[in-house]
Amino acid sequence: MANIVTGIGTSHVPSVGAVIDNGKEQDPYWKPLFDGYQPARDWIQDNMPDVAIVVYNDHASAFGLNLIPTFTLGVAEEFPPADEGYGPRKVPTAVGDPDLAWHLAESLILDEFDMTIANEMSVDHGCTVPLSIMFDKPEQWPCKIIPLCVNVIQYPPPTGKRCFDLGKAIRKAVEAYDKDIKVAIFGTGGMSHQLQGERAGLVNAEFDQSFLDRLTTDPVGLTKIPHVEYMREAGSEGIELVMWLIMRGAMGDDASETYKFYHVPASNTGAGLIVLEDGSQK
Amino acid sequence: MNREYRDIPGTYVMDGQHCRKGYHLNMFCMSLNKAENRDEFRKDEAAYLEKFKLTDEQKTAVLERDWLGMLRLGGNIYYTFKLAIFDGRSMQFVGGAMSDVTEEEFRQMMVSGGRPVEGNRSKKEQEQSNG
Repeated sequence: MANIVTGIGTSHVPSVGAVIDNGKEQDPYWKPLFDGYQPARDWIQDNMPDVAIVVYNDHASAFGLNLIPTFTLGVAEEFPPADEGYGPRKVPTAVGDPDLAWHLAESLILDEFDMTIANEMSVDHGCTVPLSIMFDKPEQWPCKIIPLCVNVIQYPPPTGKRCFDLGKAIRKAVEAYDKDIKVAIFGTGGMSHQLQGERAGLVNAEFDQSFLDRLTTDPVGLTKIPHVEYMREAGSEGIELVMWLIMRGAMGDDASETYKFYHVPASNTGAGLIVLEDGSQK
Repeated sequence: MNREYRDIPGTYVMDGQHCRKGYHLNMFCMSLNKAENRDEFRKDEAAYLEKFKLTDEQKTAVLERDWLGMLRLGGNIYYTFKLAIFDGRSMQFVGGAMSDVTEEEFRQMMVSGGRPVEGNRSKKEQEQSNG
């Protein structure tokens, strides 16, 4: 039986990818962020999953406004890095796990989550930056990757509760998979940030830190946050945090926090990182 | 439909209406994902824009790099930022341009913890406190 053993929550700020690509981690501006990432990077080396399901949003790279699927599951053999306007990031092509991905797609749809299935999809910084944050700059990513892309750009994104419930269905599906493998799930995006308009630059550290705490103490409470509250309190792009609730839903009720870190700013964003471990694994 | 989010100041929510208004503007921006399109746009910006069904106002906003104007005309920041990437501009530059400060001032605001949420939650609240 397969198990979801690890949940990672992390921001996916594009400039963090650029810093890693250019080896600027020790610059005074970035050092505190990377010092904060290091314990999670060390931890994952000793707790390497076989497959990582990476929940993220595409930023006008693989998807435009011509077609806006709410949940898209990547079932391809591989996912190349996207050209977002300055050439593709020089990171490895993500190797997929079509067998598990198709199992997930079929299970989720029969479990009443109407997934869009992607046989071809490039992945942008939303997916590749979390991999760089956790795995640094390897020749190949150390595990297989299943991208799960969520629309959070076109209003309305799925609700926090819908995301949490999707996470629970993912857990059920993974546990029904016949191979004995370890699966991690990444919930990415956020934390508080607003990139647009006269209110650009909004950060709400109090909101973010409370969100990080409640991931373990009160996840069901988090599923009740309405969209307008995310936008008001955490900035219009802070609404990306609903994606963390897919990760949280996929962890067991008794998941515990192994590591947590928060830093302002990473570019225009409040940057958080959390590592959750499944209760039954300890 | 509850549109309570319209009370949030300085924020252009990408709802259905906004998407309809800015569809072609945003899809022009997205076209810059392709290197050959970037080359063509670089050669003659105005001519390249003719390939898309932009309004005259939208064309002007693009050519003048009116970052706030583009949002008001239906742009979405993830799309319009493609144009900033094309120009080699940072998110701090664009953030500053939209909030009327310099790139350096914007960067300093972020280093100091970002724009506070206090006083920036609600248009109604702002109007009341301005008496």
